[in-house]
Amino acid sequence: MTESTYRIQGGTGEWEVVIGLEVHAQITSESKLFSGASTEFGAEPNTQVSLVDAAMPGMLPTLNGECVRQAVRTGLAINAQINKYSRFDRKNYFYADLPQGYQISQLYHPIVGEGVIQISLDEKDPDAHGKAIGVERIHIEQDAGKLMHDQHPTMSYVDLNRCGVALMEIVSKPDMTSPKEAAAYVRKLRSILRYVGSCDGNMEQGSMRADVNVSVRKPGGELGTRTETKNVNSMRFIQAVIEYEAQRQVDLIEDGGTVVQETRLFDPDRNETRSMRSKEDAHDYRYFPDPDLLPLELEDDFIFDCKASLPELPDEKRARYKNVLGLSAYNAAVLTAEHETALWFEQLLDISDEPEKIASTAANWVTSELFGALNRLGVGIENSPVSPAQAAELLGLVADGTISGKIAKQVFEIMLESGDGAKKIVEEKGLVQESDTGAIEKVIAEVMAANEDKVAQYRDGKDKLFGFFVGQTMKAMQGKANPQVVNELLRKTLG
Amino acid sequence: MTAIFEMGIVGIRSGIADGDFTAKEVAETFIARVSAAKPLNAFLVETPEHALAAAEATDKAKAAGEDLGKMAGVPIGMKDLFCTKGVETTAASGILKGFVPQYESTVSANLFKAGAGMLGKLNLDQFAMGSSNETSAFGNVISPWRRNDGGNADLTPGGSSGGSATVVSGRIAPAATGTDTGGSIRQPAAFTGITGFKPTYGRCSRWGTIAFASSLDQAGPMAHDVRDCAIMLGSMAGFDAKDSTSLDLPVPDWEAALNSNLAGKKIGIPKEYRVENMPADIDALWQKGIEMLKDAGATIVDVSLPHTKYALPAYYIIAPAEASSNLSRYDGVRYGLRDLPDGAGLQDMYAATREAGFGDEVKRRIMIGTYVLSAGYYDAYYTQAQKVRTLIAQDFDKAWNSCDLLLTPTAPSAAFGLGEKMDDPLAMYLNDVFTVPSSLAGLPAMSVPAGLDGKGLPLGLQIIGKALDEQSVFNAGLAIEERAGFVAKPEQWW
Amino acid sequence: MSIDKETVKKIASLSRIAITEAEADAFVPELNQILGWVEQLGEVDTSKVEPMTAVIPNQLRLREDVVTDGEIRDKILANAPIAEHGFFAVPKVIE
Repeated sequence: MTESTYRIQGGTGEWEVVIGLEVHAQITSESKLFSGASTEFGAEPNTQVSLVDAAMPGMLPTLNGECVRQAVRTGLAINAQINKYSRFDRKNYFYADLPQGYQISQLYHPIVGEGVIQISLDEKDPDAHGKAIGVERIHIEQDAGKLMHDQHPTMSYVDLNRCGVALMEIVSKPDMTSPKEAAAYVRKLRSILRYVGSCDGNMEQGSMRADVNVSVRKPGGELGTRTETKNVNSMRFIQAVIEYEAQRQVDLIEDGGTVVQETRLFDPDRNETRSMRSKEDAHDYRYFPDPDLLPLELEDDFIFDCKASLPELPDEKRARYKNVLGLSAYNAAVLTAEHETALWFEQLLDISDEPEKIASTAANWVTSELFGALNRLGVGIENSPVSPAQAAELLGLVADGTISGKIAKQVFEIMLESGDGAKKIVEEKGLVQESDTGAIEKVIAEVMAANEDKVAQYRDGKDKLFGFFVGQTMKAMQGKANPQVVNELLRKTLG
Repeated sequence: MTAIFEMGIVGIRSGIADGDFTAKEVAETFIARVSAAKPLNAFLVETPEHALAAAEATDKAKAAGEDLGKMAGVPIGMKDLFCTKGVETTAASGILKGFVPQYESTVSANLFKAGAGMLGKLNLDQFAMGSSNETSAFGNVISPWRRNDGGNADLTPGGSSGGSATVVSGRIAPAATGTDTGGSIRQPAAFTGITGFKPTYGRCSRWGTIAFASSLDQAGPMAHDVRDCAIMLGSMAGFDAKDSTSLDLPVPDWEAALNSNLAGKKIGIPKEYRVENMPADIDALWQKGIEMLKDAGATIVDVSLPHTKYALPAYYIIAPAEASSNLSRYDGVRYGLRDLPDGAGLQDMYAATREAGFGDEVKRRIMIGTYVLSAGYYDAYYTQAQKVRTLIAQDFDKAWNSCDLLLTPTAPSAAFGLGEKMDDPLAMYLNDVFTVPSSLAGLPAMSVPAGLDGKGLPLGLQIIGKALDEQSVFNAGLAIEERAGFVAKPEQWW
Repeated sequence: MSIDKETVKKIASLSRIAITEAEADAFVPELNQILGWVEQLGEVDTSKVEPMTAVIPNQLRLREDVVTDGEIRDKILANAPIAEHGFFAVPKVIE
């Protein structure tokens, strides 16, 4: 990744940035990690709270098996070690969004060990510019509740609906060296989670957020002291945090100061981070195994079933698109980045008995025509007004010569507006392509008659004029002539 | 006929079944006993309406010819560590003053399902932390027992289930629930001449029981005799999916299988329990117990539990560590006391609330627990204690190679006077020296009254069994009960 | 590992228990006595011993992922010192 080398230019020379991310991803589940209350987003305050979530005296946690399954599947998806023995620990601290006074997490024995995520900075050719980012561990833990500060002049309000929702904390190794790499890592991780179905990846709703660890050092030197900026909830902010923190640390060191290992908060309005002094004294979390829970021991069958339930993952899929379907590296990368896109594309291919034959055409159409239209409309592929079956019908009409590619663009626009099928539109608007040689020959004769001078020039060797005749013929036929037939006939007639 | 108030579970149950009296009469009898016992300070809340309603239901069911539950018509006392729906539950702590649970603990619900009624919520050591019932925020519980030296010194009923011990021994309730973390059922039972049983860890659900130390807490019965305990435990125990540490096993019919013939049983006498400065009365009682078990057909063998002396220190790391975390939820946000000094922020509110709400012993244990878990000390204290705990459990496992049960004294002394040990926490902790090892190992154990000391105060013997083998513990207890002929009762002075 | 007054104050602060100077002074010998006593555990050779995790052999059960609880806001807020508009209320927190 030489072209991505990211350096801070300081007064004393260049500085390298070292980045590690702890991504908190909400596990997709109906009920909470340790209680039967719902996880649905946006409910009335404190309605999705059980006695357990509110930490009433004598309440006890019971573990949601689906959350365990999803964490294991996620681990398998990044080729990580699955720990058949793991345990839950209490992380003790006092805060109003934490009713128990401790968060149930996994410090000493996480459920997932080391794995790896392949990232790329080059969408056009990921293989040529890939980098492996190590994942240190994935563990399961409870989310906290929510405080609202602006509803009352002297009080904060506490809503425990989120309290106890299951999170996976995915801890990377400090393997990233630029804001772009960090963004690529989060993008790829999000893609994998969505393929696996273990997290919806919705950063706006807080389903995914990152603690960003940043330190700086002289290139190749010893690791510097890191800061941790908590709860950064967008790809853009993650990059902003890294840029700001790296520069701040370099300035600080070069001014003779030292970086303090601390927790910081990102202020998106000012685009800066600042120290969270209020939480400093809470650093002694007094972790110990939760005595209300037993060690979690996984059977081989459980892990096997998790593995068997995994879909084809983005890297495998991209390789298959390239190697089996013959797609360009770019198309393969773009079509597999999001699970929905790949699913949509594969449904489109499903209508053909020989998907390899139509794959390239279909891929080009999806990445140019469909993506262009969706961009204009501002909708995601899952809400595309044109279904894969409708798209297949359209591409089928092009493939069998019923309409030309140019006409297909017109038809697609009408499909987007009306929702009608391609065949119907082509028939109603009379857009069927003319392939009848007699009719075309007749028009060619007319064109030649009207342009005798050019015919003479062509026959004298001015080959470039061929295009002119094609254009005139197509124009006379309102674009409906089969361009291939036109070409053949023109060559024959012009000699 | 024996007066109703002198009866235990068996007597009440058969009296109702035979039509000698109604459940309502039973309830009224004990409600009157409760009212008259205020000087003992055993009840924090009285719930006569609950006892009466349960009695009416029993009488109705009987009239309709329906099957009666195993505890039908028995009005019990409920240690105030069990959350009871709609009835204030405080764990005897100021921090939970006014807390009214919107739910019923599994153990109390099980007892009510079996037909029991509730006379009220019983005083205890605050959050079950104590061995003398002197740490309650609502005053000491006073034992019905007095020394025969003519003095009127108030004695401790033991703790933490001091209210339970007082009401059962004073015939104020026929039976009561207790909880045992390091001896909180067995030691007060021994101090007051009643029978108390701590089952295998996981037999009784902890759901809805206010937690002290999660890996040690177990509920159990406190009653007149072994049979009553067997009946009552049968109604309390059972698998509960809401408690992850609950054992998914059927509950044996311990009452039906009671058998005091110990032929073929080997009883181990652990030499490490012969501690320094053990009162002669207790040593003599232990010898008597050995003879009684021999008489019942058992063989006596000497065994060694080499890590016994480390049990108490390990316990006083593990229990406070768990407690320091379990008690973090008492923060003045969602229930209980809130102390909000002028201009205080959230963290100040926590500190003020917890300062005002917790008693000294609770604070002490939270502080110890916080310290032993804190950065840099965790391995030296907590991890080491849990390793020693493994060794203690292994000691028992090895002992089971040569015996089926262990016999020891329950406590190193008879009941002491209120205030005698309060100034020395460590001396107080030593009360649990015989009960703590089996708690650490999660084993079933019971205390049976077996005699009186020179001052006329009850002494108990402890029987410890293998995990899940409550039956053998009950049977050996019954053998002692039949032979000890313990009939002493406190004279009613209140 | 003897502890001093500063440590006592730090523990009290971590425990969120307000203490006065006098109380801190009183805690020093008391906690030292207890901690000094438990330190005898250090004598035990535990180099080949695993810490206990489950007292009685038992398996952690996995719950089915279904919504069985919630929609009980009245019960949740019933004992709250201050509840307003469906929320618990605490002194304003400045983050």
